[in-house]
Formats: sequence, structure tokens, C-alpha cells
Amino acid sequence: MTLMRYYAGIDSGSWTTKAVIIDADGGVLGTAVKRSGADLAVAARQAYDAALARADVPAGDIVAVWSTGFGRHNVEFANGSRTELDCHGRGVAHYVRGPVTVVDIGGQDAKVIRLDAGGQRVAHRMNRKCAAGTGSFLDEIALRLGVETGALDGLAAESAETLELSSFCTVFAGTELLTLIRSGKRPADLAMAAYRSLVKRVQAMEVFHGAMVATGGVVAHHPRVVSLLREATGGEVVVPPHPQEMGAFGASLAARDGAVAVGDALDAHGNGDGREASAATGVGSRQDVG
Amino acid sequence: MTGPALSSTATLRETMGSYYRSLGDADTAPVAWCSSVGPAELLRALGYRVFFPENHAAMLGAARTANRVMPIAHAQGYSQDICSYLTSDIGAYLAGETPLKAYGLTSVPRADVLVFNTNQCRDVRDWFEWYGRQWDVPVIGVRSPRSIDTVTDDDVEGVARQIEALVPTLEAVSGARLDGARLAQVVAISRECSHLWGACLGTAAARPAPFTFFDGTIQMGPAVVLRGMEEACAYYRSLLAELEERVRTRVAAVRGESLRLYWDGMPLWGRLRALATNFAEFGTAVVASTYCNSWIFPDLDADDPIRSMARASLNLFIARSEEPKEQYIERMVRQFDVDGIVFHDCRTCPNNSNTRYAMPQRLSKRLGIPSLVLDGDVNDLRCYSDEQGRTNIEGFVEQLADTRASRRGA
Ligand code: SF4
Repeated sequence: MTLMRYYAGIDSGSWTTKAVIIDADGGVLGTAVKRSGADLAVAARQAYDAALARADVPAGDIVAVWSTGFGRHNVEFANGSRTELDCHGRGVAHYVRGPVTVVDIGGQDAKVIRLDAGGQRVAHRMNRKCAAGTGSFLDEIALRLGVETGALDGLAAESAETLELSSFCTVFAGTELLTLIRSGKRPADLAMAAYRSLVKRVQAMEVFHGAMVATGGVVAHHPRVVSLLREATGGEVVVPPHPQEMGAFGASLAARDGAVAVGDALDAHGNGDGREASAATGVGSRQDVG
Repeated sequence: MTGPALSSTATLRETMGSYYRSLGDADTAPVAWCSSVGPAELLRALGYRVFFPENHAAMLGAARTANRVMPIAHAQGYSQDICSYLTSDIGAYLAGETPLKAYGLTSVPRADVLVFNTNQCRDVRDWFEWYGRQWDVPVIGVRSPRSIDTVTDDDVEGVARQIEALVPTLEAVSGARLDGARLAQVVAISRECSHLWGACLGTAAARPAPFTFFDGTIQMGPAVVLRGMEEACAYYRSLLAELEERVRTRVAAVRGESLRLYWDGMPLWGRLRALATNFAEFGTAVVASTYCNSWIFPDLDADDPIRSMARASLNLFIARSEEPKEQYIERMVRQFDVDGIVFHDCRTCPNNSNTRYAMPQRLSKRLGIPSLVLDGDVNDLRCYSDEQGRTNIEGFVEQLADTRASRRGA
């Protein structure tokens, strides 16, 4: 009997925690998404257990677990961690050949990551401390329109009139929306205007050329964002499998590849203080960077 | 991990401490406030005790008093979007707070005259004028050209004449006559200090670097507040000796130094230690900066004191246009052999943020090294997200490390 080798990645985001279980070829066997809540460690454990159950893999068969995301240092059972910038890039590079620009739109932040032909990350940008251009913006708009965020996309499908939300910030956009509602504008057109505004904010983060890949919870749940991105950039926008779990997937690949935590990688190659690099082990010892 | 602390720091504390205490001495020399690159040498030659409010504001930032007191200045009509040095300092004054209490002062020293130079920004003048109204004392200064391509003789002449025009007021307030020989002497000392401080900073070109930008922001104290005083030179002679010894014996400021970065823009005073630790954890040394190097004035010349002071103030990085700034950073990147550049986009100081007209993009392309933009602020911590900052830094270091590993593997 051959021993199966499985790996896990946990993306501890500020809004949701995602877990992914993969096999040695990077095939996804199970995923789970949980609300992060106040206790990131508990959410990580719950997401991990749920993903294991879906994958039908016993925890004992997991060779290594790596974490990523806002709460990456709170995942106590992780053997190592990388930033979400690394994991999104790593995950996308598994599916799409570079050079490519990854646009990740999550609940609380948006980021743009550029990968070269070899899948190596060459630049990144994160949005400033601001909800505009993220999922929180859509939550706020849905609240004002009196619908669930999940219903926003369907609502926008009925849009007939092109409206603009010109405000720079989420709070101002909210009041602008109220003014438009009072002047009799249709919710469907307002929902569409919100999507357009979000895409504009993302577009302002970077010059987009060449192939684009869109990931993140907003991309997963709001297909409208992808079609608007396509329209806006005039290029192909690829949505890879499990876009919301891309960070966790990247972390599971890091676990599989024994991606070396930053300090260790440097010691291995630089004029370090002599500690051994533990590349390709990734197991047992926690290779946390922080 | 950060390396051992510099033993000179004990002397630094004494040197700075006695300077601060001297500001509290009653009935001694008159007090002049001076902007960081204002005509301090002239003030010293006339016998003033010189107080640098930017240094005071930085102390408020480092002690994290700033965020508590800034809203008081905002309520006075000074916007959250303008210099947070100004708003923290005025806010602290109104709240009756000052870190100088540790040195026996009850408040900032009351100025007899305030002297600005707008080569850095307009904010220093607005800031000084607030105190001028408060105390009904003269606020004078140099209205400098900014965004200068090449410093011309006409520029120098214009500023020199403005410096000369300050003299009658300064003499009237102090009751002393300007002695040319004394001024030349102060300029010579200032030049010596600048030279020694430059030599200290230059030691970080060694691998491993004996000290970092974060150490430099503390070590630069005497170069800022004791410019033109022998005490500053004495301090930097001893610091230089320690740093050179470190270079000889390969004592690293960051243990296992592997990556080296350049820092452009203001420090984040309230996060100095956290950031220093953050970078060091990843074996990354921030070895040089525009900021610490801004107190090097090679133009100062005892044979032509006023004109050389004018030239020094105009040649300064912050007073220059994009192209000379880029050339400057290019020279630094080569001299210190860095792997990447961190640009601090300081929310309330556009004057010292070189991120807003695409310089990081241009420089990355020109120099072939990546850059990172950190959103933050010099004093207003509401403009900085620890988590986002950390992820940005960690992500940048991962990228640099991976690039290096893949180059070596190729
Ligand atoms: S240069 Fe910037 S931080 Fe310094 S005083 Fe002017 S505005 Fe304030």
C-alpha cells in the first residue's frame, strides 16, 4: 500500500477563513469557508476540520499545513506561513502561465500582484486603508438598497440606465446613493453603478496590460465584477477554479513544496548566521516568519 | 534579529539631555526657534539658544503622545490633512504636555524669535506663526525656491540676501552684533559635524552594515539640534570610531544580514522599533535613507558663510525637483548596494513623500530593482495599519528572497 501524501493551506482572512486540502499533484480534494469572527484560531480549526471532512482525508494523513492571510500567525497548527501576496501568486501560477496580473478582491482589501513568465512575483500593490474597491463597499451598498449582498449581482442584471457613483469614499458613496434613491433612481441601476465604482477603484491601482486573473471572495460571488473588469480593460480576465480559496490553495502548495519561510531562505543563500535552511522539509518544525 | 545596541548611545543620551536641559536655563541667552534646515549657524553666532520644534514633534511621535494631542489642534482649525508635526506640537502645547518635562522644562522654551526656511515646506512657517501670535514675538525667515532643477548662482544670491536681511531683527532681539569671525567659526564646526555624520552614515555601505536607518534616526539627534556646536562633533567622532570598529570586526546591526534596502521619506516615529524589528526578523537591513542623509551639508564653507549656508539649503534633497532627486537616490542605491527601495508615503507630508508623482515606478525601471510603497505617517498613527504594513513588508521581502533564490538556482 502506498502512503498518500496530502497537504493543507489555511487562509485566515479578516472576514472569512478558508481551508484547502490538496494531493501531491495539487489536485483540490476539499475546501471550506468559515466566518473568521473574533477568534481566528478557532475559525482556522473549524475551516480545517470542515475541509478535511469534505476531502475525506484523516488529519493524520496531512503531511504539512501552511497558513496565509491577515491571521496567518494565529493558526497554531500551521507548520509555516507565507503572506497572502505570495500565496495568491503561487496559487494562480499553478493554473495560469505567466506573465500575468492577479487582481484579488476580498472582503476588506484588494491587491494586485504581477507574476513574470516563470510565475515569480515581481510586484504588488495593496489598496490603502479604505473600504472602497473591496467587498465591504458592496456590503454597505446592499445595506442601503435593502437587499442581501448576495442578491446584488442579480439585481444589477436588470439595470437599464447607466448611473455613476462619483464619491471617493464608502461613506460618501452611501449618502450619494441615498440622494439617487430619493430622486427616483432604480435600485438595479444603483447596484450596477456600485459595481462600476468598485471596478474603477481597482483599475486605479495599476496599469493593466496582458493577461489578467481575478480571484477573491468578491470575484467568486459577484460575477458582474469580472464582466465589468473585462469590459474596462478590454482584455481577457481568467477566473481560476475556487477563486475565493486561492490564497489557501497557494498556502497548501507552499506546504507541499516546502516553501522556505523568508528568514530561512535568506540564511540558505545569504551570509547568514549559519542556521541550516530547512527547504523541502516544511514538516514538523514551525517555519514561521514572524 | 537586531544586533547588539551601540554603546555610544549612552553618550548620545547625555549629549541630548544636556542640550534639552540648557533650553530650560532661566535668564540666560535668548531663545530662537529654527526649522530643521533654517539658518541655525547664524542664530548660534548671535548667541541664541536654538530650539528645533521638528525635533520636539518627533519626540511627541516617538512617545506616541501625538495622537492624543493632535485633535486639539484640529479643533483649532488645523486640518488633519496637514503636517502632523505641526498639529502634534501645537496640540501638545495647548494640552500643556511636552516630553521635555523629563529634562526639567515645564513646556517648550518660549521663543524670542522664530526663524523658518520654506525650502522644505510651507507648514513650518504656518506652525511658527501660530507661536508668533501666541507670544507676540517676531517670525522671520527665508522664502525659498522649491522643486529646483539646478541650483543657480542667482538662486544662491537670492537666498543669501534673505539670510542677511534676517540679521537686523536677530541683532535687535538678542542685543548682540553679528561677528563675522564667530559666524565663520560656527559654520566651520557645522561643516565638520556634517562631515562626521556623513562618515558615520557611510559606514553602512559595509556588509554587514554596522547600523541601520532606524538606528540613524536616533543617532542623528546631535546633527539636528547641535549643528554648529563642538559637542556634536565630539559625539560623532566617538560614534564613528565605534562604527568603524564594528565594520572591522563584522558586527552586524541585523543578524544574518542578507537583504539590504533603502528608505525614502519620513520615519514613522511611533513605529520605529516595531519596523526595525520587522525588517530585522527577515534578515533585512535598511542600510541607508534620504532622511538621515538630509543633515549632510557639504556646501558649508567658513570662507563664505552666508552664501554657503544659502547653497546648502538649496541643494538639499527636499528642495529639489524629481530628476535631481532620482539621481540622488540612484547614487545612494549604488553606494549602499541595496536590493530594493521602500518609499514611505507620509499621509500628512507631501513634501517628504516621493510616491505621488510615480517616482517609485520610474526608479524601479531605471535601476532595475523593486520598490515598495508603505502608506503611513510621520506622527499620525491613524494613517498606518500595522497589519497591512507588516504584510507589505513581509511580502516584499519574500519577493526579493525568492527572486534571489531563483537567480541562484538558474
Ligand atoms: S517637511 Fe513635512 S513633516 Fe516636516 S515640517 Fe514640513 S510638512 Fe511637516
